[in-house]
Amino acid sequence: MDVTSIGWLTLPLAILGGAIRVSTPFIFVSIGELITEKSGRINLGLEGTLMLGAMAGYGVSYLSGSPWLGVLAAGLAGTTFGLLHGLLCSVKRVNDTAIGISLIVLGTGLAFFFGKPLIEPKAPALPSISLGFWSSMPQVRAALDVNALFFVGILLAFAVYVFLNRTGWGLMLRTVGDSEDAARALGFSVLRVRILATMAGGFLAGIGGSFLSLSYPGSWSEGLSSGQGIMAVALVIFARWRSINALGASLLFGGAGALGPALQGVGVTGYYYLFNAAPYILTLAIMVASTSRAAPFADAPGELKLHR
Amino acid sequence: MSSISGVESVPSGQPRTAAQLSVALPVLAVLLASAVFAAFVALYGQNPFTVFGLIVQGGFGSSFAWQDTLSRAAPLILVGLAVAIPAQAGLVIIGGEGALVLGGLAGAVVTLPFAGAHAFPMQVTMLAAGALAGGLWFGLAAVLRQYRGVNETISSLLLSYIGIAIFHHLTEGLLRDPASLDKPSTHPIDPSYMLPMLPGVGVHAGLAVSLALAIIAHVVLRYTRWGFGLRVVGGSARVARMVGLAVNRWVIGATFVAGGMAGVAGAIEVAAVQGTANSSLIVGYGYSGILVAFLARHQPLAIVAVALLIGGMQASASLLQRRLELPDATMLVFQGLIFVCVLVADAIAQQLRENTRR
Repeated sequence: MDVTSIGWLTLPLAILGGAIRVSTPFIFVSIGELITEKSGRINLGLEGTLMLGAMAGYGVSYLSGSPWLGVLAAGLAGTTFGLLHGLLCSVKRVNDTAIGISLIVLGTGLAFFFGKPLIEPKAPALPSISLGFWSSMPQVRAALDVNALFFVGILLAFAVYVFLNRTGWGLMLRTVGDSEDAARALGFSVLRVRILATMAGGFLAGIGGSFLSLSYPGSWSEGLSSGQGIMAVALVIFARWRSINALGASLLFGGAGALGPALQGVGVTGYYYLFNAAPYILTLAIMVASTSRAAPFADAPGELKLHR
Repeated sequence: MSSISGVESVPSGQPRTAAQLSVALPVLAVLLASAVFAAFVALYGQNPFTVFGLIVQGGFGSSFAWQDTLSRAAPLILVGLAVAIPAQAGLVIIGGEGALVLGGLAGAVVTLPFAGAHAFPMQVTMLAAGALAGGLWFGLAAVLRQYRGVNETISSLLLSYIGIAIFHHLTEGLLRDPASLDKPSTHPIDPSYMLPMLPGVGVHAGLAVSLALAIIAHVVLRYTRWGFGLRVVGGSARVARMVGLAVNRWVIGATFVAGGMAGVAGAIEVAAVQGTANSSLIVGYGYSGILVAFLARHQPLAIVAVALLIGGMQASASLLQRRLELPDATMLVFQGLIFVCVLVADAIAQQLRENTRR
């Protein structure tokens, strides 16, 4: 192995590169969930949306030859599922937690069903931008080979910040999420705003899924997603419903997710599975640290029923 | 989200029409889901009648099919109870898979030091060890909820992933049988400790254990003060405190028992089917349990019936694949459709009940 040429730097570089790759789907899913939750609804079903997006993105990229068309298809598939969730949760007295779980089952089922013929073929992957061109070291180049969607995700976090805090539509969304009564008094259609917010969330989660199949790991398989959709819900709580925080939190989770493979890359294999569980452990630790029984969610949208 | 829509909080004293509706609506929901599923397979170019025929044949059409269905129903009943028991207290716990595999692991290793003992005490020990492991794992989610305000739905799923990671770590490391080459497993249990087959049925005794636990859960939840207390806690924690119930203890206790059910399911899979703990345990029973419990509206006896139905549907998947080349996931799509339709029907039934009460 020629890793010795940069010695101890190998590990942090691998973690950095991994963090960028692993965080990208988190950015999209968590910001999608954030938009939905800002409207006062929680969508636990994004895990299913993610799988559906991953499958649709891969399939369309394979059939059309254009990975970006795949990303679009993934977004549209996600939007459809968001619409479904939005409509179902508009039925009075429906249990939205359970609806979310049922859509995980349905979304995963559809993804596996239509994805069966996609396990073999190789679809064109999303391009990446080489930020490591200045370096002659292959490890640096590999770490800084960054997918274009990562940059889209960063822009998205800032765009959503501006949307929520500086536009009339953003104000409407926040009003609906904070107080149904106030929103009605202002003449906003609460249901329509929530359905649209859930569709937007589904769109972004679908794109996050397409990153999984079209960039990293970069192929379609049934084990592609491992709870990112559910972790996004925890991540939004940790980010206190702020999009810029969600970006930072995604990078942190990405780093935790990159720990296992990075350590394996430098020959530490003994605790492979435990290191791979790092994102779950981190999420749990963060949830324990960032909530308290007395004042569970001070910054949460007023209508959001995270707590019973 | 003050109550889980499936839990019957006011079973008696309702007008007949409302009671009839609460039976008729779920049936309608399943029919609607079947119609959508029929359209789905028709669009895919299959004759829906052939598909439904094969589902019945593959799940319930022969003694072999019944054996397959019943041996799937055994763990499904238990993981269904694992979701349904905390639901009485208003918790939505979805981490059954983690408790199941850890229960299986505990069951697989606990008797290893005792070769050549009497079989029965060893079998009880295996199931008890599974129950303890699963109970402790689920209990964590309840402790975090009661003392730290952590959402138990998310934490239980995270704990499930962590439990599976611990399972892999131990079965491929410390507890691995060096002789298990291509599929890392724990040392096999003494063959004489395996759970016997039920005479005349061709299914292992784990099914009887599952049925017994479902009946016990039914009796306890319906006829004892424990069941009543749990429903009070689920109805309103504030009211429960006012009448002097130690809410934390009730919630954590119920969740521990529920985790125990999932753990026993894992231990049964080891003690009756696998004979060792390896990745064959991780086949998604824990997630199917969520579906089973919600379809059965968290009622133990209904869980037995739904577990049979879902077990039969899952058993028929391989026949669909062989005959029509439909993917395994076909049944997952069908289950998802049923799940969605039944939840919406539940909400409508609840609305109707509220209207008749007014």
